[in-house]
Amino acid sequence: MHVFTDPKNFDAYLSGFLWILKLTGASAGLALLLGVLLAAMRVSPVPVLRGVGAAWVNIFRNTPLTLIVLFCYFGLYSTLGLNLADSLDLNNYWLGVVGLSAYTAAFVCEAVRSGVNTVPAGQAEAARAIGLTFTQTLRIVILPQATRSVVAPFGSILIALCKNATIVGTIGVIEASSVMKDLLNENGDAVIPIFLVFAGTFAALLIPTGYLFGWLANRLAVKR
Amino acid sequence: MTTSEPLIVLESVNKWFGPLHVLDNVSLSVGRGEVVVVIGPSGSGKSTLCRTINRLEPITSGSITFDGQPLPAEGRALAKLRSEVGMVFQSFNLFAHKTILENVTLGPVKVRREKPAAARERGLALLDRVGIANQADKFPAQLSGGQQQRVAIARALAMQPKAMLFDEPTSALDPEMVGEVLDVMTSLAREGMTMVVVTHEMGFARHAANRVVFMADGQLVEDAPPTEFFANPRSERARDFLSKILTH
Repeated sequence: MHVFTDPKNFDAYLSGFLWILKLTGASAGLALLLGVLLAAMRVSPVPVLRGVGAAWVNIFRNTPLTLIVLFCYFGLYSTLGLNLADSLDLNNYWLGVVGLSAYTAAFVCEAVRSGVNTVPAGQAEAARAIGLTFTQTLRIVILPQATRSVVAPFGSILIALCKNATIVGTIGVIEASSVMKDLLNENGDAVIPIFLVFAGTFAALLIPTGYLFGWLANRLAVKR
Repeated sequence: MTTSEPLIVLESVNKWFGPLHVLDNVSLSVGRGEVVVVIGPSGSGKSTLCRTINRLEPITSGSITFDGQPLPAEGRALAKLRSEVGMVFQSFNLFAHKTILENVTLGPVKVRREKPAAARERGLALLDRVGIANQADKFPAQLSGGQQQRVAIARALAMQPKAMLFDEPTSALDPEMVGEVLDVMTSLAREGMTMVVVTHEMGFARHAANRVVFMADGQLVEDAPPTEFFANPRSERARDFLSKILTH
C-alpha cells in the first residue's frame, strides 16, 4: 500500500474519482431530461417527432461510446470549434458530458418507452375524458407512472454510466482509469494492489447504488 | 323535459373495426335532463356507442352533435368538449399515482385553471356527496371497487359536465358494491343530470331511466320508455334478450 501513502498519488486517486463522480452526475441529469423528452417524442402522434426520436436511439445506442466521445473532441471541438469552457480541462470535461449524455439518453428513452407500455390504456382514456390535451396527458398522467415503473432499469443505466465515464479519459480528463494507468506505469511492483484499489472503489460506489435503486423501485412503484 | 333542442344527437352513425360493423346506422337523440339506458347483449356495440359521444372512438360516417355543435375532430376544441362530458368507465381508471382528492381536483386545476384551494374545497364536497370524504388522502389501490367507482363519478362531476356517460359502471364490481354506485347514479338522475348509461342493471333501467335503448348487432333495435320496453318488447331480439336475463 506504499503507493497510496504517498500524498501525491493519493491526491491523484481522489481527484480521478472526483472527475468520475462529476461526469456521472452531470451526464445523469442531462441524460434523464433528454431521454424522457425523446421517449415523449417516440410515443407522440407526430411522425416527424417519432422519426427524430427513433433516429437518435438508433444512432447513439449502436455506436461505441469511445467513438462518440472521440467525435465530441475531434469533431465538435477541434473541427467545428465548439468551446464549452475556458480552461482546457473543463472544456474536455463538458465535451465528455455531451458524449455520455447523448449516448445514455438513448438507453433512458428506451427504458421510459417500455415503462409507458406498463401504464394501462385506461389511464390515458380517463385523462383525455376529463379534457386534458395530449401533452398534459403525457406529462401529468403517463410519464410519471411510466418513469416510476422503470426505476430499477434506471439504476442499471446509472451504474453503466458511471463505469462508462472512464472512457472520457481518452480525451484528456484525468479520471480514475487514467490515474490508475499512470500509477501502474510508475509502480510496476504493485500492479495487483493498485488494480484492486481502483476496482474496489468502483464496487464500493456502485454496489450501494444498485441496492438504493432496488429500494427506490419498491418505494415508488405505483400500486394498482 | 324542456322543449329546447336535444343535448346529444347521433345521426346515421356508422363505425367499422376493420371488417366488423360495430355501429350500423345508429340514430339517437338525448334531451337535456334525460336519462337514457342502453342495454343489449355483449358485442352489440353499446359501449362503442357510448364512447363515440366524447370521441374516445372516432366514427366512420354519420354525425354527432353535442349541445348544438358537431364534435370537433382533434386538438384543443375536442379536449374542451370532453371536459364538458363526464365519463365513468367499467374499470374506474382512477389515476393510480394520485390521491383520491388529487384525482378529483386534477381536471378543474389543469383543464379549467381553477385555483387549487377552490378546487380542493369543491372536490372535498363532491367526495362527501359520494360518501368517501374520509378517504381523500388515500391512493386508488387502497379503496374497494365500489369506492373507486364513486370517486370516478366525483372526478367526472368536478368538471361540472353538461352530460355524463357511464360505460358499464357496475360490471367490474363485486355484487355487494353495485348498490352503492347505483345509489349515487340514481340521485344524479333525480337531480336532472343528462345521462347515457350502458348497463346490465335492469333495476336501474326500470326506476331511473326515461328511455331504454336496446341494441343488437350494432343496430339500435328499440327505443322506448322502460315500462313499455320491459312489459311489451316489440322486437324478437329484445324479447329473447329479456327472457334470458329476467328468468333467473
